Amino acid sequence: MSKEEIIQPQNLVYQKPRLMNDNPMHYCPGCSHGVVHKLVAEVIDEMGMTDHTVGISPVGCAVFAYNYLDIDWQEAAHGRAPALATAIKRLWPDRLVFTYQGDGDLACIGTAETIHALNRGEHITIIFINNAIYGMTGGQMAPTTLMGQKTSTCPYGRQADLHGFPLHITDIAATLEGTCYVTRQSVHTVAAIRKAKAAIRKAFENSMAGKGSNLVEIVSTCSSGWKLTPAEANQWMAEHMFPYYPLGDLKDI
Amino acid sequence: MDTSNQDILLMKGNEAIAHAAIRCGCDGYFGYPITPQSEILETLAAEKPWETTGMVVLQAESEVASINMLYGGGGSGKRVMTSSSSPGIALMQEGITYLAGAEIPALIVNVQRGGPGLGTIQPSQGDYFQATRGGGNGDYQVIVLAPSSVQEMADFVDLAFGLAFRYRNPAMILSDGVIGQMMEKVVLPPFKPRRTEEQIRQECPWAAIGRTADRKPNILTSLELRPEAMERHNIELQAKYRQIEQTEVRLEEVQTADAEYLIVAFGSAARIALKAIDMLRAEGIRAGLLRPITLWPFPTERIAQLAGQVRGILSFEINAGQMVQDIRLAVEGRTPVAHYGKMGGIVPTPDELVQALKQKLAK
Repeated sequence: MSKEEIIQPQNLVYQKPRLMNDNPMHYCPGCSHGVVHKLVAEVIDEMGMTDHTVGISPVGCAVFAYNYLDIDWQEAAHGRAPALATAIKRLWPDRLVFTYQGDGDLACIGTAETIHALNRGEHITIIFINNAIYGMTGGQMAPTTLMGQKTSTCPYGRQADLHGFPLHITDIAATLEGTCYVTRQSVHTVAAIRKAKAAIRKAFENSMAGKGSNLVEIVSTCSSGWKLTPAEANQWMAEHMFPYYPLGDLKDI
Repeated sequence: MDTSNQDILLMKGNEAIAHAAIRCGCDGYFGYPITPQSEILETLAAEKPWETTGMVVLQAESEVASINMLYGGGGSGKRVMTSSSSPGIALMQEGITYLAGAEIPALIVNVQRGGPGLGTIQPSQGDYFQATRGGGNGDYQVIVLAPSSVQEMADFVDLAFGLAFRYRNPAMILSDGVIGQMMEKVVLPPFKPRRTEEQIRQECPWAAIGRTADRKPNILTSLELRPEAMERHNIELQAKYRQIEQTEVRLEEVQTADAEYLIVAFGSAARIALKAIDMLRAEGIRAGLLRPITLWPFPTERIAQLAGQVRGILSFEINAGQMVQDIRLAVEGRTPVAHYGKMGGIVPTPDELVQALKQKLAK
């Protein structure tokens, strides 16, 4: 068979999501952001919600999420994405409103906005990229940095007496009465990617059904910040992050 | 309360703001309690406009969240507002500079109290610099309206929304604890329905409300890492500010035609000045009042004209002397300019103002 004979619609097994454009991504090789972006794009398209979706991008590496997904976006101040999403969803109840935030944005500077938006039961979805480090600013300690983990601002490793403890914000979210779906996923294997996509889909559907607020944590890699190769980063994540941030649903009602 | 007709009502300035918001098509209020302005949120909560006009009213977790709710709500083309008092407005400055940078319309009401820091809950005009100099980071301006009566508290809500959307810029009503708390006669503005989705799409083609197939994504951001593009954005913002300065200056003059001394005062201070002018004229000193209604854009041109006519200008503010700087910039040394004011939440009397003018200028 010639190449032309093979490239036929009936033989299509994979294609780039329609909502992803051709802008070259600024994300590093091995970073989880690209995969999660793809999943978000696929779910919005599959739900037929393109013309009714507003995304809120954070401060951090995903600040430029708006460069890659062809939907309407607002770029929030550091940590404030859930406040923007709260207002947009209340003012436009038939819209799909989601935020896309990293650990520094969501679990540190934006802790108040995150907790209160979730606890009010805003009908939004928060996609939470947890890579245990500040990626954009060059690998500083994050609220989710593991004990003993070395970063540029804890170069000898995180110590409880100096830096306090990693924040289990997703576990906190699961205790809030306003949340209906709280889950922790990853995208390091094909199976994990499929599960993560199903979780995003469920969260988005909950948002539109008015069931409450939804938090989808994606335990993610930051190979540059961790100073590992992409393959090593996936391995490090499985060995060190998953025991501390175990995958699975924390709440699903 | 039934506010459906054009009756003359008696209410607080803060209450008037709330009723005016409901009546002028406001889509959402997001705020956090702080004295002396909590009646705004309390009145809205009692009126339940979500059952009548569909207006959203939400008590946020902080002023920081409130202003960012405005950033989101305004970015979706809705008429959104918040209110607070001085320390709370200080917390909002990050959000205000984002609003300015991303060119998103929103209304912020500041019912000022004395500072610095937690200060006092008594009235002050100490946030003039904060309001007119931007307050947050970067080169930007906020349109600032200064009401001096309960009637203007009501009237300026629609005016501020109109300006905010015309120029895609945050607008502020800079009031103070006197105007917010005092009760006065007011005729509420006529009822105006909230805009439909179609109307919002027409007025705000830039709004992020879902990308339709016929257009590119709307992206609202204040971020731009390419220096040339960021400079271009700043130049465009500055051009917009110059246009606002040329077209939106608002002021009131009282007995300036024959004035030999000019008092410049805004908000509650202007009310005190009105009385002081009469007292001065009774003593044979021809005083007049210029009341800036817009603090930015500032009535620079008119003050410069009057500087050639009068023997001195007294800036009367309930602060340590802030607007006096703008007056001096307008006057450029052509006539003496002095300041009189009090701090700490003390509101000066007309008597004190009369004495100050005589001591500082009419020696």
